[in-house]
Amino acid sequence: MATVAVDELVRLEGVALGYEGVVALRDVDVHIAPGELIGIVGPSGCGKTTLLRSLLGEPELYAGTAKVADNTRVGYVPQVETVDWNFPITVEQVAMLGSWRTRRWLPWTSRAERSRARVVLSQLGIADLADRPIRALSGGQQQRTFLARALIRSPDLLLLDEPTSGVDIKTRHEILHQLAGLNTAGVTVVLTTHDLNGVASHLPRLIALGEQTVLADGPPSEVLQPDILERAYGQPMLVVQSGHETYVLPIPEEAPGAHGDVLPPPDVVSVIGRPDGDEAGDEDADAESEPRSDHA
Amino acid sequence: MQNPSPAPIMLEPFEFGFMQRAMIAATLVGGVTAAVGVFVILRRLAYIGHGLAHSIFGGAVVSFTIGFNFFLGASLWGAFSVFLINQAARRRQIGGDAAIGIVTTAAFAIGIAVISRARSFTRDFEAALFGEILGITNQDLYVTAGMVLLIAVVLFLLWKPLVFVTFDQDVATSYGISVRWVETIFSLALAATVVAALQVLGVTLIAAALVIPPVVARMLTDSFPRLFLIAVVLGAVTGFLGVYVSWFVDVSSGATVVLVQAAMFALTLGWGTIESRRGLRATRRAERLAGLERSLND
Repeated sequence: MATVAVDELVRLEGVALGYEGVVALRDVDVHIAPGELIGIVGPSGCGKTTLLRSLLGEPELYAGTAKVADNTRVGYVPQVETVDWNFPITVEQVAMLGSWRTRRWLPWTSRAERSRARVVLSQLGIADLADRPIRALSGGQQQRTFLARALIRSPDLLLLDEPTSGVDIKTRHEILHQLAGLNTAGVTVVLTTHDLNGVASHLPRLIALGEQTVLADGPPSEVLQPDILERAYGQPMLVVQSGHETYVLPIPEEAPGAHGDVLPPPDVVSVIGRPDGDEAGDEDADAESEPRSDHA
Repeated sequence: MQNPSPAPIMLEPFEFGFMQRAMIAATLVGGVTAAVGVFVILRRLAYIGHGLAHSIFGGAVVSFTIGFNFFLGASLWGAFSVFLINQAARRRQIGGDAAIGIVTTAAFAIGIAVISRARSFTRDFEAALFGEILGITNQDLYVTAGMVLLIAVVLFLLWKPLVFVTFDQDVATSYGISVRWVETIFSLALAATVVAALQVLGVTLIAAALVIPPVVARMLTDSFPRLFLIAVVLGAVTGFLGVYVSWFVDVSSGATVVLVQAAMFALTLGWGTIESRRGLRATRRAERLAGLERSLND
């Protein structure tokens, strides 16, 4: 029987995963230590959700060993696109679903459960929405509601499937900030994302998927490389590095930098419409709070 | 000696034992079908209630023909149908709706085949098809009450995982819920509900009783616990009212129950439409006033 080392939370070794006999990922070797903040990237259909859900033990395991440390409490936040938003349920009721095991044989919730739900909703800044039906929420509020459901069980490992999908830049920033805060508090966070520039490049560790396997695993500076991205996405990518920042752009075949070049930052950066005075100062302060690689 | 004064006409139905039993049975069945129906409509499974009722009719016919206990035979037949539906629905190429269509129609066809073989269409089969609530005996009432109690206990104990699975089946497993078990137990509870309602409403009307009260409740609230309570109360009240009214209008009790429910649905729909139009008019008026105020300020 496979076990995980003391300093490991998750161990996947030589794993092949899939559904109904169809292999989605093979030869997967991933080790996750407690307290990590990890992004899974890759094109649509490459198996990001499958890999994420393998940590829940859901896809069928065809080969290898998959093990999550015993007594690990896992919180899972699904893609909001999969949720039935017309379901008659309030924000607080969704959050309390996460603690369904507490007094599981009774239909009603205790005062302690409701208090706990209010605390979590307050932490996420949506306590005032507790009695609101979920269909009346914005994209960011929806994400926070499902984050609350995951957090109410005080997870050691938090899994999020496309947590910034369909939200504006400000909301994305806020969600990432909250995840970074949770990570700093000791929660291991693993998320999938399509957003290489807005999300992935700010995470300390990335796992790139493609060709039905793990193509790269490491810090963004190692994973967001033109050759890896071209293998993953089947298209040449332009990678621009500027200090800690990495930017990825799909480019046409004939353009410069199309074949494996990492370009230096441009000499001149034009800042268009930069606000003056305090607003600019606020923006800078916000940029400081963005989750960065040194959070983990 | 003077005769006791006759009861007011409104209390007439309560004077007869068969009406008392019918009203109690309809109240119990109306409440429990609505309770189970809440989960049926939210899982968009309205079709399964209709299908299962037909399937269980097949079981009732076979039980009657071989001299087996009606409730037990119909329940076992329903449970077997649910098992077959779940097995077939797991095959990706088939899907839930097709599985329901195939299994329940086939089970119903078995009942028809047995009837045609016997070359007689007895009153018992007619009762199963259209309901015969006025013929309920004390024993039937005890069995119905027992089944309703059993279903209520199952819903009570299964509440939290059932709500989770109904809302977010895809994620429930990751929170430690065995979706397969929850679905199986719920399906059995649904089959038991249909059996309990068979004598009250008949095969042809069960689907309406499963669907209408929860849909009306859904139109009235966005909170799940409140929706459940409203649906159960509506189901019970319309069950009672349907039988009570049928005494005066001299129409089949099962049909009257469903017609009362349909009237409640129509009223709620009409009221909702009027309210939304009134809200729209108020919004437009406020916008016009705001525009007028702006132009005056300018």
